[in-house]
Amino acid sequence: MNIIVCIKQVPNTTDVRIDPVTNTLIRDGVESVINPFDAYAIEEAVRLKERCGGKVTVVTMGPPQAENVLKEAIGLGCDEAVLVSDRKFAGSDTWATSYTLACAIEKLEGYDVILCGKQASDGDTAQVGPGISTHLDIPQVTYVKKISEINDKAAKVERMTEEGYDVVEVPLPCLFTVVKEINTPRMPSLKGMMRAKSAKIAKWTAADLEADPAALGLDGSPTRVVKIFTPEARKGGEMISGTCDEVAKELVELLKGEVV
Amino acid sequence: MASIKVHLEKCTGCTLCVKACAFGAIHMADRKAVIDMAKCTLCGACVAACKFSAIELEKAAGPKKDLTPYKDVWVFCEQKKGVIQSISYELLGEGRKLADKLGVKLCAVLLGHNMKEAAAKLGERGADKVYLADHPALKAYQDDPYTAVLVNLVEEYKPEAILCGATVIGRSLISRVAIKTNAGLTADCTGLDVDVKERLLLQTRPAFGGNIMATIIAPNHRPQMATVRHKVMKEAELQPGRLAEVVTKSYPEETYASRTRLLDMVEELSATMNISEADIIVAGGRGMGSKENFAQLEELAKVLGGAVGASRSAVDADWIPYSHQVGQTGKTVVPKLYIACGISGQIQHLIGMQSSKTIVAVNKDPDAPIFKVATYGIVGDVNEIVPALIKEFKRALNK
Repeated sequence: MNIIVCIKQVPNTTDVRIDPVTNTLIRDGVESVINPFDAYAIEEAVRLKERCGGKVTVVTMGPPQAENVLKEAIGLGCDEAVLVSDRKFAGSDTWATSYTLACAIEKLEGYDVILCGKQASDGDTAQVGPGISTHLDIPQVTYVKKISEINDKAAKVERMTEEGYDVVEVPLPCLFTVVKEINTPRMPSLKGMMRAKSAKIAKWTAADLEADPAALGLDGSPTRVVKIFTPEARKGGEMISGTCDEVAKELVELLKGEVV
Repeated sequence: MASIKVHLEKCTGCTLCVKACAFGAIHMADRKAVIDMAKCTLCGACVAACKFSAIELEKAAGPKKDLTPYKDVWVFCEQKKGVIQSISYELLGEGRKLADKLGVKLCAVLLGHNMKEAAAKLGERGADKVYLADHPALKAYQDDPYTAVLVNLVEEYKPEAILCGATVIGRSLISRVAIKTNAGLTADCTGLDVDVKERLLLQTRPAFGGNIMATIIAPNHRPQMATVRHKVMKEAELQPGRLAEVVTKSYPEETYASRTRLLDMVEELSATMNISEADIIVAGGRGMGSKENFAQLEELAKVLGGAVGASRSAVDADWIPYSHQVGQTGKTVVPKLYIACGISGQIQHLIGMQSSKTIVAVNKDPDAPIFKVATYGIVGDVNEIVPALIKEFKRALNK
């Protein structure tokens, strides 16, 4: 079974601090990590390989340093890695990103299952996974929390909904976006880390993709930013002080009529 | 190929662009902005931030599409088991304002089975027109038939804007439709407005990690598509007797074909209330210290008749399931009362709760950012204050 995982490198949000004066993000020294939601996709891909046999190829589109998250993915059990990187991809919104990744996937030697995290922690759009499946014209199931059954032809999966879950049958090839309920990602093994160190990462540019140049990067992106601003801060209110019992009493008094 | 350049004669060296760049790609040299092309992602944040039009993003002009046939504002109305979901009324409320400003019709789009009556009722929520596709294959959401029908509707009737809920269904569907119709799509908008002259949908959302808001447009593509999270917009008021024109559409059978097959829909009613619907939320963060301490919040929530929420760190520590997470990667909530216990108030959390009517914060760190948004703040040990609050609220509520 040919399994493909699409990942994104994102800033490690636990490192992000806010400058109290300018109220902007301090990004100095913030490292890039695998998008947390993609870690579940990588783990599920490796589990599928263990279940059905085959090969896991991890793909990312990003700047040259995104090679690091690909190496990390190899350490976690992926077999091959492709970095899709070119200045021509700069400015891509989700339309152009999913197009570029779909072109890269088509260049690979066939695929049965494509896995993506449900969304990226820095953009939160949840649009690229469905975008890839649409460009490739394959079925998708989003928000997958369990792959109950799978063989060469079809899979039975559980899709998380607001009320519970749906049980969905889908023919292969298909694309899944996965939620964190699907598994607990393993730690990289020593052997994996050794492999990651020496792993050769394939590097593809726009010229390698046979893509329509007009559909790449900023040129291929329907959306653009026109204005940025710092959100109006909500004003802090009253501080209540005293002993525990005193503050509890005062708070109840303050909330009377309003909610209590 | 697109590129970016600084017009040195216009650059005043004010450094606004340096602050705006989320990628650390701009620095000043001789009081002029210099862009490091190795880091620049052409996101356009600096262009939007520059007050002197000194930075220009050059985009290859694609084939110009005639945008004039596109009119009306559409709302995709989500139904489950034949019941219109409240997100649809929220979008109709917002859509009504946008349609009025643009001077066009507000149209609801409803896909389902045996939904004729429900479709007619959408007029009472502000819709002027309802496009209804009624077919057994549309009874429950499936990607293929829903995408095919919506794409057909868009191509035939050409709306200028479509609003859709940022729900499991909405996000899965509209992403596919945007690709198929070559449209711009902006996720999780927290504010929507229109530029009447240019007929642009101005879509505002948190960007680059959240503490910057970005307004996004799709100037050369139609329809302009946006998703909005549940509870971000106000529901359209019910206007009994208000009528809408219902246009029922049917398509050849192959339009309804689905490669996926829905075998079962399982409802898991959790013992606790869904936090998106709760009027009172008691939420805890890392500062609660342990799973046992966190459990106290459930008691406080029970006394108040509310639900329990959590910050991401409490969820990551396995003190409570993910369905309770509030914030950027969790749910957006707008309760009447939000009590934040041991939550420092990272921006990602604040995004999900700062529209609550009254916010109470309890934290031992007087400098915690949560106090900047709190209506009432208490500095102290949560594990002493929460029991005191339980006692006092019990007394006040005669429990």
